[in-house]
Amino acid sequence: MYKYDEYDQQMVDTRVAEFRDQVRRRLAGDLTEDQFKPLRLQNGLYLQLHAYMLRVAVPYGTLNSAQMTLLGDIADKYDRGYGHFTTRQNIQYNWIKLEDTPDILAELAKVEMHAIQTSGNCIRNISSDQYAGAAAEEIVDPRPYAELLRQWSSFHPEFLVLPRKFKIAVIASETDRAAMRLHDIGIKMVKNDAGEIGAQFYAGGGMGRTPMIAPLIRDFVPLDQLITYAEACLRVYNRYGRRDNKYKARIKILVHELGRDEYVRQVEEEFAHLLTQPIEPPLAELERIKTHFTDPGFEAGASDDLDLTDPDFRLWVERNTHAHKQAGYVIATVSLKPVGGIPGDASADQIRLMAQLAKDYSFDELRVTHAQNIVFPHVKKADLYTVWQALDAAGLATANLDTVGDIIACPGLDYCALANARSIPVAQKISERFGSAERQAEIGELKLKISGCINACGHHHAGHIGILGVDKKGLENYQLLLGGSEGADTSLGQITGPGFTEDGVVDAIEKATEVYLANKQGEERFLDTYRRIGMAPFKEAIYG
Amino acid sequence: MVEVQFRFREDEAVNDPAVTVDAFAAQTNATAVRIEPGDDARDLLPHLDRLSLVEVSFPAWTDGRGYSSARILREAGYKGEMRAVGDLVIDMLHHLKRCGFDAFAPDKALNDQDARTAFDRWENVYQATAVDGRPAIWAKRHG
Amino acid sequence: MKILTGNDLKTGAVIWWTGVSWSLDVNDSADVGDHGAALAAREEGARNVVGAYIVDGAKTEEGVRPAHIKERIRALGPTVRLDLTLKPSDPAAADWVI
Repeated sequence: MYKYDEYDQQMVDTRVAEFRDQVRRRLAGDLTEDQFKPLRLQNGLYLQLHAYMLRVAVPYGTLNSAQMTLLGDIADKYDRGYGHFTTRQNIQYNWIKLEDTPDILAELAKVEMHAIQTSGNCIRNISSDQYAGAAAEEIVDPRPYAELLRQWSSFHPEFLVLPRKFKIAVIASETDRAAMRLHDIGIKMVKNDAGEIGAQFYAGGGMGRTPMIAPLIRDFVPLDQLITYAEACLRVYNRYGRRDNKYKARIKILVHELGRDEYVRQVEEEFAHLLTQPIEPPLAELERIKTHFTDPGFEAGASDDLDLTDPDFRLWVERNTHAHKQAGYVIATVSLKPVGGIPGDASADQIRLMAQLAKDYSFDELRVTHAQNIVFPHVKKADLYTVWQALDAAGLATANLDTVGDIIACPGLDYCALANARSIPVAQKISERFGSAERQAEIGELKLKISGCINACGHHHAGHIGILGVDKKGLENYQLLLGGSEGADTSLGQITGPGFTEDGVVDAIEKATEVYLANKQGEERFLDTYRRIGMAPFKEAIYG
Repeated sequence: MVEVQFRFREDEAVNDPAVTVDAFAAQTNATAVRIEPGDDARDLLPHLDRLSLVEVSFPAWTDGRGYSSARILREAGYKGEMRAVGDLVIDMLHHLKRCGFDAFAPDKALNDQDARTAFDRWENVYQATAVDGRPAIWAKRHG
Repeated sequence: MKILTGNDLKTGAVIWWTGVSWSLDVNDSADVGDHGAALAAREEGARNVVGAYIVDGAKTEEGVRPAHIKERIRALGPTVRLDLTLKPSDPAAADWVI
């Protein structure tokens, strides 16, 4: 994975010094909260419902064990012994003190981490495929391109005060595991007819109160024009994105209001102009970055045999592992969704254990997924049982990946100042209702996503089943959506009808799964059946 | 007239009254213009030869359109004074300078020492803006 | 009653205006009447508090209870982590929140 050189290190160290200075000026009264807020947000520091919250960047979701260990240590030393992995592949801490924050950032900088641009109206942490560099089906490893974009977007002087936040995802496989088209810019690395690698650009996707699927804006951007093209996209947005209404300020509204073709025309015009400017890094820089993402020393001829006599292990292998490009290896996902647990939360001890296992059995590497789980990307099959046993002993071996128990949930009203309703208790009740392994297996793949407000941090629009918490005359109320998806077949869920109480929505989901099981044909997933039979039978069962 | 607190130019300051972008095209004797956030800086491109002062207005520092306006004019070859005016904050001075600003007239005077620290804070930069004369880190890596 | 709440500037802790200072316990809240906005401005200016705002509440036999669930959760802590609430591991602690 990427290793900082002296320049990268200097950049994060300088940022720590800058933020220390900003905190000093805030505490001395030289900065008001109105002035300080946008600055602290650009360092991932929020003021939440209970305390300050710090969001630490995990660029394209990749971590080494030293970094993961430190994340656990920070949870103990500066927080309350746990952290929360987010849908943007980051981690956040809920009980941070402002006065400690510069020290936390300094500790992070020592292991090449930071909280730069994890919030605020700027280009955010770039997300990617959690199986990058390990999946059998990818065209290239997307992470070098994500790293190139990370450096370009860090402190980009023209784009630090955009109309609104700006999220970029980079993938390089047909299987989209990063919800690429639900980003402000989605980039898919592709190969053209001449066999050259280039970038396909999508723009104007997003969730929030106006969910949109990003249209394709350019089929192929050559690698030696990648940064210039991204710069053109951002400049048009910075100049013409709406600033009169924060709810209409995302690029999706600009692309929608201009129309895709007019946005493309403006970008192409700006792109043609910017190509005359010496702003594109040489391909040698991309090559330099690529050298950091070479394969680890896989053992040639490692055995593909797995002893599956332990039924619990067998279930976990079937549910939570994915084919690796290297024979004898597997990609293993640690579910942070135990039955009745808090989706995405991990204790300091669990974080450190995962770090140790990655060091011992996954070439020192971990990934954070946008579904709030942790991945060991390169586990030798011969080691898998040992890894599973260690996870199981720590309560980390729940076998429910992509099933009804593997729920994405935002922190909701239990933690978030913006939320209208709690998300976590709903997730807990659903995972308990569908707690048995048999039941989860019967229902199969079912992506369930819960947001506690319309900002959609829990991606409810993109869930096969989505839940949106709303405030109905001071009481929590939950709307149900069906038919969303965020993969290669991205679609937006439709609301079933009137909302429910917390228990009512759990009952409604149970009824929806019964409709699915009664109508399922062959190997259909819940989503496939819904798409075939439509909303009506579900609505009738739920409200009838 | 606004008070310039920081200026990074050797030439004599120009203090002609700045007119709006709309008025500038018509007033053929005008040499100074003020760009508001909603103005298109490219409207000035036909008139660069008679421009000697561009004021870019920041009614609120969180509106970043002025960064693009300045850089666009510099990219087109404008060499005169580029003055940031309005709600300027210390922590953005460096980034303004990178987009081609070389004079700064904040509504309220900034702490001089904190501002100097901010201007000089970043020894290296990740991007080439092509208008501030600074090499990007990638250029240094592949010198 | 009108209650004034906010967060401690340095630590971020949720705090409640007692009439003379700030407390971590919602039950210490005073009725600020019409003075909330002025108090909030003064205390923000003195950097004792950040994000101060006024909410409705009621004085009951059990203590001061904010009217809206959001502030009741603020007063207690996350309902899903009762070990982190003001009365750690009190199974009844969440009862008045929801």
